[in-house]
Amino acid sequence: MEPQLSWYLALSAVLFTIGVTGVIIKRNIIAMFMCIELMLNAVNLTFVAFASFFQDVTGQLFVFIVMTVAAAEAAVGLGIIIAIFRNRETLDVDEASILKL
Amino acid sequence: METNLLSIIIFAPLAGAAINWFLGRRLRNERFIGIVACGSVAVSTIVAFYLAFNSHGALRTEEPLFDHIWTWLSVGDFHADFALAMDRLSGTYALFITFVGFLIHVFAVGYMHGEDGFYRFFAFLNLFMFSMLTLVLGDNFVLMFVGWEGVGLCSYLLIGYYVDQKQAGDAAKKAFITNRIGDWGFVLGIMLTYFLTGSVSFFAHPAAGEGAKTALSFFKTVPVDPFTAGAIVAGGATSIAVLLFIGAAGKSAQIPLYVWLPDAMAGPTPVSALIHAATMVTAGVYMIVRCSEIFVHAPAAMFIVAIIGAATALFAATIGLAQNDIKKVLAYSTISQLGYMFLACGVGAFIAAIFHVITHAFFKALLFLGSGSVIHGMHHEQDMRKMGGLRKYMPVTFVTMCTGWLAISGIPIFAGFFSKDEILWKTWSAAGLGSFSKVLWGIGAVTALLTAIYMTRMMVMTFFGKERFHGEHAHGEHHKPHESPWLMTLPLIVLAVLSTVGGFIGVPYALANRDINVIEHTLEPAVAHVPSLAATDHTDEHSEINEERLLALVSVTIAFIGLGIGWAVFNRRPLLEMPRILENKYYVDEIYDATLIHPIESVSRQGLWKIVDVGVIDGALHALGDAVKEIGRLGRYLQAGFVRGYAAIILAGALILIGLFAWFGFPR
Repeated sequence: MEPQLSWYLALSAVLFTIGVTGVIIKRNIIAMFMCIELMLNAVNLTFVAFASFFQDVTGQLFVFIVMTVAAAEAAVGLGIIIAIFRNRETLDVDEASILKL
Repeated sequence: METNLLSIIIFAPLAGAAINWFLGRRLRNERFIGIVACGSVAVSTIVAFYLAFNSHGALRTEEPLFDHIWTWLSVGDFHADFALAMDRLSGTYALFITFVGFLIHVFAVGYMHGEDGFYRFFAFLNLFMFSMLTLVLGDNFVLMFVGWEGVGLCSYLLIGYYVDQKQAGDAAKKAFITNRIGDWGFVLGIMLTYFLTGSVSFFAHPAAGEGAKTALSFFKTVPVDPFTAGAIVAGGATSIAVLLFIGAAGKSAQIPLYVWLPDAMAGPTPVSALIHAATMVTAGVYMIVRCSEIFVHAPAAMFIVAIIGAATALFAATIGLAQNDIKKVLAYSTISQLGYMFLACGVGAFIAAIFHVITHAFFKALLFLGSGSVIHGMHHEQDMRKMGGLRKYMPVTFVTMCTGWLAISGIPIFAGFFSKDEILWKTWSAAGLGSFSKVLWGIGAVTALLTAIYMTRMMVMTFFGKERFHGEHAHGEHHKPHESPWLMTLPLIVLAVLSTVGGFIGVPYALANRDINVIEHTLEPAVAHVPSLAATDHTDEHSEINEERLLALVSVTIAFIGLGIGWAVFNRRPLLEMPRILENKYYVDEIYDATLIHPIESVSRQGLWKIVDVGVIDGALHALGDAVKEIGRLGRYLQAGFVRGYAAIILAGALILIGLFAWFGFPR
């Protein structure tokens, strides 16, 4: 049986939902961060699925852009996480609820 | 004819005011300030006299002199330029304003010596001259109104000159607010004039071509309004005339708006002389005579003017009888004399009104300056009960004030006699009023009698009898009254001469048996004539001349009786108690307080302040602020600082959006 477009979309939706749920319920910043990456990749999956379905290369191009931005975001995000850890000696986001120390 | 010299008349005092205000306040040099102030007015005076009397001067030709300075308002059909015009009427006014103003400026240099606000005083005084001359020389209603407001402002500033006295500030506010009521009428009158005639100009400017319409010439083409009460609200000439008269009544202190003038005596005495006796308060008369064309087409308005004038004359004279403050006597006397002028306007004797304005400017300025000299000599004592016997100490002031006294009382050859007699005669012979003119004449005659009595009382209390100023100074050091310096006595002498001979410019035919009535010939072309009056105005009718002579004799008799009564009563008992009701000015101020000022004050305080301002305006603002604050307080809960909470809110938002799209479909 040939894989259908809907399979990819369903997988993407599942991955995205896992990502969203993870962001909301996880307290660990690293875990939240990974969940965000998961959501980005779920979106990437829809892009390539549609690109293949419509035989249009634009979708593939978008994936590259998303990956580039995700890489930059990972660098900045990890930097912030390290700064927070240095200041508060914890990775629990609920501990970082105020801007002032 | 165009001449740029006219603008010098008004701008010289303005320049003087500016120099004194900006430079004088730094230099603080009385000599410099005095020279600038008097010099600028002297320039005006010289130019005014030159323009009036040169070979084709304003008083010699029919056509006015024009000076178009700049285009000011030009909106569609509406044109009001900053342009001056000097015709025979405004020329006459400009002459005595500048000349009497100059003398008063000189006097003030002596009087104000050593005052802290010397520069301020003269800056305002010069500004007043600018405004007054703009009022008089303005060639349209709007520019006249600018001057009108300008003199009101200067009057306010100068009444309140003694800024550390609350009473002076109150008097200044009272003058300003009372005048505002009059200005309301004046502005409405101007608007109605424009509405009716399509112009606000007084003169047909030669540049505008022949037959250019003006606000006044329009009325030559319309029939006279009917003499009914309904005409007052009909929106025609009568309505305009009544509205203009409201303005005149405010500025010239007529019933019921006269109350500010006595209080205005809180200002320095030269101010009282210049503004509140000689010039500004006669602006109302000027305006009515300028608009005489409108007034002769409005017999009902003329009737009102005559009645108000006569009533004011009598009313103020009775109050003047019982005042003890030397300046208050003169203030009520001024109101009374202004009443005469309005009486003259009301019976159509516009020239007589102007004649009386001029002679009054001479003798009332003299009396005020004399009183200033007395006050100066008495070390700022104004209560006549503490004077007496001053003629020994202040001979020059005494002699000069005597001429003023005789002039205002109407003793022959003195200036006041001719003008007052002219008014009384014109009132007696006024054609349009029937036998009512005799009633008005009777009021005028009684007023003349009272005038002679209260002026005699003032002179007796001040200069004759026992000296009552000793023992006032507890510390033993007697300040003897002293004669004023020459800077003050010189203007007195000049004005005394003018008060004596000034009347000869208007000797009527009946008294001189020759046609030497200069003032009448000069002003004849500048004023309108009551149609019914012009028909009977034949001076060569023999019976009429005899009647006029008889009446002159009567008024002379009245004047002498007045002097006699005054002398007989007050020389023996200078401190005679006058009726309480007169001394308290018929309680008019109290009545106004109770019926007008107090209700307005309580409505403002309880209604406008506590309900409208605090309740509605502040309430709405506070409610708005409180609502924003409340929304903020609730919205604050969203910003708890928990990242996962924010993520959940974003998710919820996204879900709601997707849900909306799913439910309603994607908008196309």
